Amino acid sequence: MSGAKLSLSKLRRSPLTILVHLSVLLIVVLWTLPTAGLLISSFRDKDQLAISGWWTALSASDQNLIGRTAHPDTQVQENGVYLLKGSIGEDGKDVDVRMFGWTSKAPTAYLPGTLAPMRKGQTLTVSATGQYTMTSPEPFTGSRGKRVFFTANIPPKFSLDNYREVLTSEGIGQSFINSLTVTIPATVIPILIAAFAAYALSWMRMPGRPLLIALVVGLLVVPLQMSLIPLLRLYNDIGAFFGVGAKTYLGIWLAHTGFGLPLAIYLLRNYISNLPKEIIESARVDGATDFEIFVRIVLPLSFPALASFSIFQFLWVWNDLLVATVFLGNGENELVLTGRLRELLGSRGGNWEILTASAFVSIAVPLTVFFSLQRYLVRGLLAGSVK
Amino acid sequence: MNGLKLTNIKKAYGETEVLHGIDLEIDIGEFIVFVGPSGCGKSTLLRMIAGLEDITDGDLEIEGAIVNDLPAAMRGIAMVFQTYALYPHMTVYDNMAFAMRIAKESKEDIDQRVTSAAEMLQLTEYLGRLPKALSGGQRQRVAIGRAIVRNPKVFLFDEPLSNLDAALRVQTRIEIANLKEKMPKTTMIYVTHDQVEAMTLADRIVVLSAGRIEQVGTPLELYTNPANVFVAKFIGSPSMNIIKSDIIAGGETGKVRFDNKREADYAFPVPTHLVGTTGQLGIRPEDFELATENEAFVSGTVLFVESLGEVTQLHINVPNHEDAIVVKIPGINDLHKGETVHLKAAADKIHLFNTDGISVRYL
Repeated sequence: MSGAKLSLSKLRRSPLTILVHLSVLLIVVLWTLPTAGLLISSFRDKDQLAISGWWTALSASDQNLIGRTAHPDTQVQENGVYLLKGSIGEDGKDVDVRMFGWTSKAPTAYLPGTLAPMRKGQTLTVSATGQYTMTSPEPFTGSRGKRVFFTANIPPKFSLDNYREVLTSEGIGQSFINSLTVTIPATVIPILIAAFAAYALSWMRMPGRPLLIALVVGLLVVPLQMSLIPLLRLYNDIGAFFGVGAKTYLGIWLAHTGFGLPLAIYLLRNYISNLPKEIIESARVDGATDFEIFVRIVLPLSFPALASFSIFQFLWVWNDLLVATVFLGNGENELVLTGRLRELLGSRGGNWEILTASAFVSIAVPLTVFFSLQRYLVRGLLAGSVK
Repeated sequence: MNGLKLTNIKKAYGETEVLHGIDLEIDIGEFIVFVGPSGCGKSTLLRMIAGLEDITDGDLEIEGAIVNDLPAAMRGIAMVFQTYALYPHMTVYDNMAFAMRIAKESKEDIDQRVTSAAEMLQLTEYLGRLPKALSGGQRQRVAIGRAIVRNPKVFLFDEPLSNLDAALRVQTRIEIANLKEKMPKTTMIYVTHDQVEAMTLADRIVVLSAGRIEQVGTPLELYTNPANVFVAKFIGSPSMNIIKSDIIAGGETGKVRFDNKREADYAFPVPTHLVGTTGQLGIRPEDFELATENEAFVSGTVLFVESLGEVTQLHINVPNHEDAIVVKIPGINDLHKGETVHLKAAADKIHLFNTDGISVRYL
């Protein structure tokens, strides 16, 4: 009886709940699928990546390849014909040859094992494992081996080569460090300032406090694009006065701090002003100064708010391209990841292996930050202080 | 030297004055309870003593020194908050040690005082726990312990029991009474709206209403000799019955008449100029006795019977009197709804107030 009732009530879930669950599922799929694709692609071999999608990554694929015979110096003479022998595979390894040919006009003209007649009485045969024999009535000449076209069935290949390449030769490694150099101070500085400001705006009585809060809220709606250039000119003028060059790290730290502060103060003030009044008063009776209350009571209790804002700020600064383009130079030691990605997109747009690996390097940090801090987003530290 | 001296203390928020000049002297070691209905200003007054609210006007002295502008921490007070206000991220030990660490006292001193306070409050085994792992009563004890450790001159309690359940409240009340005995040199001020707490704990009670002191006195003084109708109705449960009566005789003793027919004697002096005016007669529910029709001062029909076993409370509708009169009769009684009841009260149990509500004994 009760079991039947239970299942009935489960069935009778409101359509809204189902809708919510479906939307969540959709969002998860929408987010996870491309990310997974990106991750898988970034580990694939670049030649395989170019011809098949990431969902086929686990199956072998046919590829049209070009090999070369051995150098003409290695030819041997047998029964009156000159022979070049060897394996068409890379470094002499076996390959699963499906077709071969000797001219780029017909690269798949012959099945493995058959004899392909070439010009001047030459012949070529390639076995299914990639062993080739080229014969010629006259000695082979030339400074290089002859080209052999073949289609091979290549098993799936995963490696860290793409990462090695982007981290070293494509400059992503340096840009990664540049991005960190921008992001860490640009997250820490506004949080420090905002936490002090939020405490003062919540718990220190001063004339004009409501006006200041209103001003901060007002600044929230100022679009970044509007203030970007005036800010840059202001910074350059002031920087010149103090002898600090334009387009330096200091400039971008200050810019991000400025753009992040209104939201930071607003969020932290909301949180800090909701801390129980009695706790602050109790600390005051216990003899703590405002600074001590801030450091020893308010900061530890505001950890969830600090963590959630630092996630916001970190992600926003890390993913920022606009502010970095305006406030930071293009040199090797200044170009941030987003800027580097944009450059790669222009110069290596066809090289998916580079783009996917670079993209994954750039999202690895935000993912780590989010997953390591997300529990603070939901954890309430206040349990137990006030009934 | 007084433990605490308040001279014409006033508090205003902008134009609105909420405390209208409080004068009070408290001896060292006294246990004072501020009691009053919500919004009477008792918590504000306590917070002004604590230094958490500015004093708009008047002087506040603690052990001889004016402390009006001294920050809370310098006044030598400790406060226990209604919501405990424990620091949630610190262990019990750290909570209790916080004030001493701020004061940069030596580790040995801190350890010694925290340990002895914890022993006194039976908190020793909980010293390493966070507040969230404690029960309500334990949290309140930690809050008290945190105050004890500071070794204050004045101990302030802001409704410390109102967040506890009934059983725990009785127990913690006894603990606070014990604490008072153990710290005879410490002045304690306790704010509550619960008159049982006030009556059981206080050396003296300060009854506040609408920002003014109504009466200061020992619990029994307030009970036997309320200065005005407000105090008379506030102390005692159910509250005192107030019956409008004509004062018909004064002098060494007095006489009143209710509803133009029934008369009652009043055992205390009544100034003769009050004769002929309308007074307010106060009789506590427990001071009424059942009587015959001839002896009775008031008569009425029973509206409602509350049988509690040890007492029976009757709500009686009396003609020409607005509110029901409440009567408390010891033991079990077989009166029923609708029956007619006749009541009288002994002359020395009757309270008499003038038209303005001031007791004639205080005129």
